[in-house]
Amino acid sequence: MTVLEADVRGIAAPPTRGILARLVRRPLALFGLVLIGLVVVVALGAPWIAPYDPYEQFFEGLSLEGAPLPPDGTFWFGTDLVGRDLFSRLIYGAQTSLIIGVVANGIAVLIGASVGIAAGYLRGRTEIVLMRFTDLMMAFPALLLAIVLAATFRPSLWIVAMVIAMVNWVQIARIIYTETRSLAERDFIEAERAMGAGALRIMFRHILPHLVSTIIVWGTLGIATTVLLEATLSFLGIGVQPPVPSWGNIIFENQTYFSSAPWLVFIPGIAILALALAFNLLGEALRDILDPTQQGYH
Amino acid sequence: MKQLLLSCVAGASFALALGATAAADDIKQGGSMIVTYKDDVSTLDPAIGYDWQNWSMIKSLFDGLMDYEPGTTVLRKDIAEDYTISDDGQTFTFTLRKGIKFHNGRELTAEDVKYSIDRVVNPETQSPGAGFFASIKGFDEASGGAGGLSGITVVDPYTIKFELSRPDATFLHVMALNFAHVVPKEEVEKYGADFGKNPVGSGAFQMTEWTLGQRVVFERFKDYWNTGLPKLDQITFEVGQEPVVALLRLQNGEIDIPGDGIPPAKFIEAMEDPTLKDLIIQGGQLHTGYVTMNVKIPPFDNVKVRQAVNMAINKDRIVRIINGRAVPANQPLPPSMPGYAKDYQGYAYDVDKAKALLAEAGLADGFETELFVMNTDPQPRIAQAIQQDLAAIGIKASIQSLAQANVIAAGGEPDGAPMIWSGGMAWIADFPDPSNFYGPILGCGGAVQGGWNWSWYCNEELDRKAAEADSIVDPARAGEREAMWRDIYVKIMEDAPWAPIFNEERFSVRSTRIGGDDALFVDPVHIPVHYDQVYAKDVQ
Amino acid sequence: MLAYVARRLLQSVLILFGVSIITFALLYILPADPARQIAGRSATAQTVDNIREQLGLNLPFYQQYGRYLIGLVQGDLGRSYLQKTEVGTLIWSRLPASLLLMVGAIVCELVLGLTMGMIAALRRGTALDKGLMIFSFVGVSAPQFVIGILLLYVFAVQLGWFPIGGYGTFAHLVLPSVTLGFLGAGWYSRMMRSSLLDVLRQDYIRTAEAKGLTRARVIFGHAVPNAILPVIAMIGIDIGLFMSGIVVVESVFGWPGIGQLAWQAIQRVDIPIIMAVTIVSAVAIVIGNLLADLITPLIDPRIKLR
Repeated sequence: MTVLEADVRGIAAPPTRGILARLVRRPLALFGLVLIGLVVVVALGAPWIAPYDPYEQFFEGLSLEGAPLPPDGTFWFGTDLVGRDLFSRLIYGAQTSLIIGVVANGIAVLIGASVGIAAGYLRGRTEIVLMRFTDLMMAFPALLLAIVLAATFRPSLWIVAMVIAMVNWVQIARIIYTETRSLAERDFIEAERAMGAGALRIMFRHILPHLVSTIIVWGTLGIATTVLLEATLSFLGIGVQPPVPSWGNIIFENQTYFSSAPWLVFIPGIAILALALAFNLLGEALRDILDPTQQGYH
Repeated sequence: MKQLLLSCVAGASFALALGATAAADDIKQGGSMIVTYKDDVSTLDPAIGYDWQNWSMIKSLFDGLMDYEPGTTVLRKDIAEDYTISDDGQTFTFTLRKGIKFHNGRELTAEDVKYSIDRVVNPETQSPGAGFFASIKGFDEASGGAGGLSGITVVDPYTIKFELSRPDATFLHVMALNFAHVVPKEEVEKYGADFGKNPVGSGAFQMTEWTLGQRVVFERFKDYWNTGLPKLDQITFEVGQEPVVALLRLQNGEIDIPGDGIPPAKFIEAMEDPTLKDLIIQGGQLHTGYVTMNVKIPPFDNVKVRQAVNMAINKDRIVRIINGRAVPANQPLPPSMPGYAKDYQGYAYDVDKAKALLAEAGLADGFETELFVMNTDPQPRIAQAIQQDLAAIGIKASIQSLAQANVIAAGGEPDGAPMIWSGGMAWIADFPDPSNFYGPILGCGGAVQGGWNWSWYCNEELDRKAAEADSIVDPARAGEREAMWRDIYVKIMEDAPWAPIFNEERFSVRSTRIGGDDALFVDPVHIPVHYDQVYAKDVQ
Repeated sequence: MLAYVARRLLQSVLILFGVSIITFALLYILPADPARQIAGRSATAQTVDNIREQLGLNLPFYQQYGRYLIGLVQGDLGRSYLQKTEVGTLIWSRLPASLLLMVGAIVCELVLGLTMGMIAALRRGTALDKGLMIFSFVGVSAPQFVIGILLLYVFAVQLGWFPIGGYGTFAHLVLPSVTLGFLGAGWYSRMMRSSLLDVLRQDYIRTAEAKGLTRARVIFGHAVPNAILPVIAMIGIDIGLFMSGIVVVESVFGWPGIGQLAWQAIQRVDIPIIMAVTIVSAVAIVIGNLLADLITPLIDPRIKLR
């Protein structure tokens, strides 16, 4: 009986339909969705929403002593240390965060899923090489590795995305690996193999579809991690290159004024927090809906 | 020779000269002070130390043949009792004071002076200062690892003779550098590579405690040859102290000198703070911040383009961005440096003229290039201000904000960096002589792979002129030499390999209990303060 | 068990070997020349060449790495290029500060996290539960540098309760520890909540209640201790998070630990220091993971060693 049940579950289509309807019934998930939607709209509509050119250093944007201006009717969130409009920079900064979030995490998921499936299905030498390599990557302090990588390659938006992907693929690889291993032992996979299906065909046609929900969940949670890592690298001055605004480098550029002009640090800080929070809330809700096994955070 | 000091420094030193004889003997020795720094002290070995913070700490632990009048850039004899220069300017003979003791009690002799300089030149020491001694005979052999310098002879225990391979007007300055300070051989050999953590010299202070990452303590050396100095009994250097914290602690009376000065974010606040106002002392600095343009990378090979860049940058606005902590510059030399061309106008800020020059160069539509900058605040901000100014004349410069080491590496490649903003890595003079701003950073010698002449500007005619100026050793002709140097820098600006931006000012703060002439707190050589000379008011 | 530990230790050594070779390779291709950093701006080309030769920087990669590895195996981490000190000495002088910070962070995340998780579980379904769980999400979504600067601004600049930064007294330790432990507190509160709910559903709890024990005794005498153990077993895994976190937290608070040491070394390509901090971190992470894997089955017999 149990075997049959497992087979039925295994062959059944992954429960990805109607997710949205189930998400919006959860207040926290809805909150996350709305926040993400807002950031997406702001990022796409930046040229129309932003009151000023985010790159223009206004002569009147600094006091006579060279101090940034506090929020007022002209500059809603005040100006930064070179006299640019903080509000406009924040709006364009949303583009940076989303691009990095999606691209870097997309690459990380791609690498992680490929490594995980290959190691989990092919086993043998492939498994040993790939999984020992992920063990090795797990032993690196992620930020230190990212810093060294960023120092080695001259940072640009795409390099930063690559650096983050290089650091972040490991976790998803391990999760996919574990799932693939248990899937590979299921009868329906055995049956495919017996019928002479090639390894590539089995991995892509039969295993991958069953991993979709896992990938969606961890892909969403991974964006939060990615957004935070980008912000941290930019905060350290080795992320996105100026003058392109990123919420992290806005804080980097203005941190010395945190006691006299705290809004310069805390407004972008709240933006980073909100975006990461939104993806975390959404990811957790997706996990509740799609993945009843509830793996721990580590 | 030193007539062109910044007015405030000159005035201060004048006051010092007047006050010194009257006050010096009245000041009692004793008391202590606490100095803070953010970064740990790396080493106190005079052959190695080349950081902004350990430079004057080393000066208090060690002595050299020459030094400067406190608070000024005027050379004076230190452990040398006297010296003579031969007529051809190639032989310098120093006689030493007798009875100078190292901290370990042994007398300092001419042998020690020779040993110390040989040690710096010896490649195994890995001293960043070896190149300063290149004019001494036998330098090439010695720096290749073949023993000591043949040009240094110990005549007797108190007489030492230096023979040079060419006349060198800067030689006395070189003898005042930390790299020429005297170390006792037996202690160097005892500690080996750890000598820098266990320094033993003959200076006014001796080091008594070093807790890595936390504290270094200096105490008065009782047998110091220059009786009456130092004024203080003890100095404690606390490291790992954020400048913001240090300033607050100063206001609470917990510390005496925040070694890193006033942090940028607190600057406006501090200058307006009535409790701090009287404690802040402003002075010049032998520093120039500049943008290099690589003359080997088109279109910067065209002098018109380089001149256009000079005219395009709004230096007043950049000075405003850093809260007025600098003065706009129009030439490589800082105003407090001898040889500064006071009447030189430079390239005034003029966007239209800059555009016209670009058009003449056939680049009316502008061009794309890269501006390299070190990635610590405020450098990327300054680079962005420059970037915006360049954009106004059509030059689209993308910013490469990198770790210091990567910027230096790019600058040392002929095709590495079209433009570099020098901030954070800029030239601060090793000694107050105009020649010090030329060789490695503007001369042909520095325009080599891995060199520091990031504009790759090499004008052989100026190199010849520079060599000629530096061969004028006769002090009577110092004015003539200075005029030659002034000429050289004005000529350089015609070719405009640099866009000089500003000269940083220094703003030192001290607690109310530390006394001494203002000039001692903005000493151009002993940075941030002249440790040997300042005194504690609470023991007077 | 012993065989398992031995196998894991051997794996760990191989992992550390891999970490060292990857880091060394990355630093080797770094487009910056340590010799020029050491030589300074006034050096002649000859001086730079001499230094390069002495440090073996002119050798091919495998020789340079071989030299490093031979030293490493003998416990020699090399000499800092710029600080001119044994790297071992530097690390030892800075490690206590970082360890202190991590201990502080562990205390913070446990106290904050376990308390929040416990309250949430016991008040399950209430607004308090929901509020605490949202707060835990904020904890895991907040960038550490923002938390650090916020705490500094509120508690040091505005209220003046704590020093603005620096090292030395207990008061200095509080804000950096909270900053470093905040992320973990978020995770722990959620783990504690689900762990405690899990325990409360167990038969023996029902039995205890049926026997007439007071609810307080059941919860604090039986349920909580059982719920805490599996959560605490995860601390070893936190080392990885801490090793990343200290770079940021130490730089925000001016904390003199190995995180700042590493950051300064990266700015100036002081390769021996970068290598040493990476290896020390990797050792700590590997040990932390090993401990977590060893302790978990002791606490929860359902989990077997693999």
